[in-house]
Amino acid sequence: MNFGENIGEKRTDRNIQAEPGASNTEDLALEQALKNFRISVVAWSDAAYGRPRAVTQAVRRRSWRLAIGWAMGCALAVGVVAGAGYERHRAHEMARIEAARLAGQQRLAIEQEGRVRQQQALAEEEDLLAKVDSDVSREVPSAMEPLAQLMAEDERQ
Amino acid sequence: MTRATAEEIAAHKLEAATDEFSLVVERHRPQIFRFLLASTRDVDLAETLTQECFLKAHRNWGTFRGESSAMTWLMRIAINLQKDHWRNRRMQFWRHTQTSSVDMDDAGEWLPSGESSVERQLLAREQVSQVWTAVKGLSERQRTVFLLRYVEEQELSEIARATGLSEGTVKAHLSRAVTKVRAELGGKQ
Repeated sequence: MNFGENIGEKRTDRNIQAEPGASNTEDLALEQALKNFRISVVAWSDAAYGRPRAVTQAVRRRSWRLAIGWAMGCALAVGVVAGAGYERHRAHEMARIEAARLAGQQRLAIEQEGRVRQQQALAEEEDLLAKVDSDVSREVPSAMEPLAQLMAEDERQ
Repeated sequence: MTRATAEEIAAHKLEAATDEFSLVVERHRPQIFRFLLASTRDVDLAETLTQECFLKAHRNWGTFRGESSAMTWLMRIAINLQKDHWRNRRMQFWRHTQTSSVDMDDAGEWLPSGESSVERQLLAREQVSQVWTAVKGLSERQRTVFLLRYVEEQELSEIARATGLSEGTVKAHLSRAVTKVRAELGGKQ
């Protein structure tokens, strides 16, 4: 189909004259350029309009682009979701480890404190027993004094 | 009027409207395609938008009251479609990593070989390429107005009706567009 009849022949002249502020040479150059531009667009359009339609190819290319676009979009979405999930899981795990560490520290501190208390109690008990022993030994009745001396001598021998 | 007669009249009217629309398509399709091709520099896209334009026109053919010419009405639909397309494209930039529009130099290759000499052909090609460069730098409205005026050779009043702008605004856009084209041509000549 040809729809470029009398292209750019007479109307372009009138159009350019309507534009103010240019010298005649410039106007002529512009007029010629616009005429050539129109001829070029019309020729291109004629050729493109008359060409066999590559609908399937275009559709395939567009659908490929669409598929690639969707794939990229999905990958991006999955990446974002997975990243967010991993980050959340990591934060959760870190919190759990920190809590376990604190609990361990606390347990150790309690155990250590218990051990110290136990040692203190043992020491107190030994002091008490020693005191009791010395008190008891001092409180031997005078009647038993010779016997006690004998026992002490036996022990020495 | 019997029911059968009313149905016959309705069927006849529908047939007449379909025939009328077919004529409109046959007459104006190339021009709409040309405008969209010049606007997008993409043959596939221009074909798709032309089809959409006539599909939309067919759906709304009943509402066309003939206040403007069918061409102006169709051009208005085409302008809105390409406007929507650019808007959507900006929104969905990640879907299209590269454009399939033709390079300016390639677009400038389309010149009939009727020029008298090789030098004149080369000069014409250079001029066309420069105009394309200037057109690329125009705003959407300036480009539309420029193409309607200098490719479709429409009157200012027709352009105003097709774009929904006032004639004064059309003149202003056209003046700025021509100034830019002139500067592009002047700067490289």
